[in-house]
Amino acid sequence: MNEDKSIPRIPRLAAPKAEQRADRSFSPLRVAAMIRRYLYLLQSGWIRIIELAYWPIMQMILWGFMTEFLLNSSSGILRAGGVLIAAVLLWDVLFRSNIGVAISFLEEMWSRNLAQLCASPLRTHEWAAALIIISLLRTLIGVLPAALLAIPLYQFSIFEMGFTLVAFFSNLLIFGAAVGLGVSALVLRYGLGAESLAWVGIFLIAPISGIYYPISTLPDWLQFLAHALPSSHVFEGMRIALAENRFDLGLFYNALMLNAVFLAAGFFIFLGTFRIARRQGLLLQIGE
Amino acid sequence: MSSLAVKVSKLSKIYGNTTAVQDLSFEIETGSITALLGGNGAGKTTIISMLLGLLTPTSGTIHLLGKQMPEQRKTVTPKMNFGSPYVDLPKRLTVRQNLDVFASLYGLREPKRRIEQLCDELHLKNIIDRPTGKLSSGQATRVGLAKALINAPCLLLLDEPTASLDPDTADWVREYLKAYRDLTGATIILASHNMTEVERVCENVLMLKSGSMIDHGSPFSLIEKYSRQNLEQVFLEIARSPDGAQ
Repeated sequence: MNEDKSIPRIPRLAAPKAEQRADRSFSPLRVAAMIRRYLYLLQSGWIRIIELAYWPIMQMILWGFMTEFLLNSSSGILRAGGVLIAAVLLWDVLFRSNIGVAISFLEEMWSRNLAQLCASPLRTHEWAAALIIISLLRTLIGVLPAALLAIPLYQFSIFEMGFTLVAFFSNLLIFGAAVGLGVSALVLRYGLGAESLAWVGIFLIAPISGIYYPISTLPDWLQFLAHALPSSHVFEGMRIALAENRFDLGLFYNALMLNAVFLAAGFFIFLGTFRIARRQGLLLQIGE
Repeated sequence: MSSLAVKVSKLSKIYGNTTAVQDLSFEIETGSITALLGGNGAGKTTIISMLLGLLTPTSGTIHLLGKQMPEQRKTVTPKMNFGSPYVDLPKRLTVRQNLDVFASLYGLREPKRRIEQLCDELHLKNIIDRPTGKLSSGQATRVGLAKALINAPCLLLLDEPTASLDPDTADWVREYLKAYRDLTGATIILASHNMTEVERVCENVLMLKSGSMIDHGSPFSLIEKYSRQNLEQVFLEIARSPDGAQ
């Protein structure tokens, strides 16, 4: 190893200057470090970025043509311009947000980096915050190209929804992240054998979120479950916004309050599972 | 400040019916290099994991740098670090990116300067912008060491630091660790199967078997006590004896 054969250079380091309060309970610098870590990963290959946008675009094209077909033949609600395209795009916000958290977490397990992070000053809640922020970025990278492409292809701009869109987007993003934290906790608890949950877990709530049809379509007992999900209120609100051109504040508040509960539960499960992992020695035994 | 860097008292770790570490007590002086020596299943990695806070003990107490773990973990972790062949750095990130992330996690104010320093000392300059997954095992070990030293830790824990290295690189790593300790006064704990390494580098040895400490002392005192010619013979005697120590 040529240069390696030289006598080790005596370390001449004085202790590096550390942040004055490296032991603080919440450090934005550590959160930023983790965000940078995931951005480096995204930068490491263009295929990763293309992959983020690929499915949303494909979905949007498929449902866009479906909409054009239905516009000529179907009911009033479907004739509301772009309701299916909007549903596809917003479902993808939820899906991407969930997977953005879970995949970023899985990256640490795949690269056997979990123990290094857990032995560092990084606090678990800082890591969770970084996962949510990177999930927002991944969602934007994934969904924005599809939303922009819908304008020339189908003359439908989801951006015309303005504040309503921001309200829907934020709620779905938070809900997806909360589910992502829960799924990540399950993968930590049960090992990489459970990693498929990261992809399929969110589909458990798809049938009762009312993405493409009103919640009233569901049987009564499922409607009860559906109303406990923030996503069902968002999609109901979306249909009202597109069909009646108004923003239903009640549905928005419902979604917001439910999200507060789901996010708190996501954090609680995520942090609690780390405590279990430390007790059971799971942080060093990453495998199936 | 206490002259003890590590104080472990009645430490146990039990998984169901399996006892990984049992009633272990030891103290390690600041500025010393100590080896945890034992065969497979002796409890070395379990002990290191508990010291790092990666594993919660079933019972017993751990004090590192005068602070109790895991209660005061956030005060201690910025001053300690570790390296192990059982963990990796993200393979797709370059060496520089990985070190940059950890420098920030450890709260360094001048991460670039520190990374340059380590690159210089550990001869990483020509691989600094290479993806970490494309390094040879010798290069990966030096990068792992750079990560372990990124915060110039007062307490450095290394699990088999020279495993899978050729003798030349292994020798280089040992000399570097000694030089680091001499200059900084850091405390180093290493788990190893390599008796020659332990004899050469360590002042203290904790001999472990089935999760318990069988004996301890300097390599020379142990060799003398067991009337053997080297530490390997001492290790074999302890490992093969049903009762453990003399």
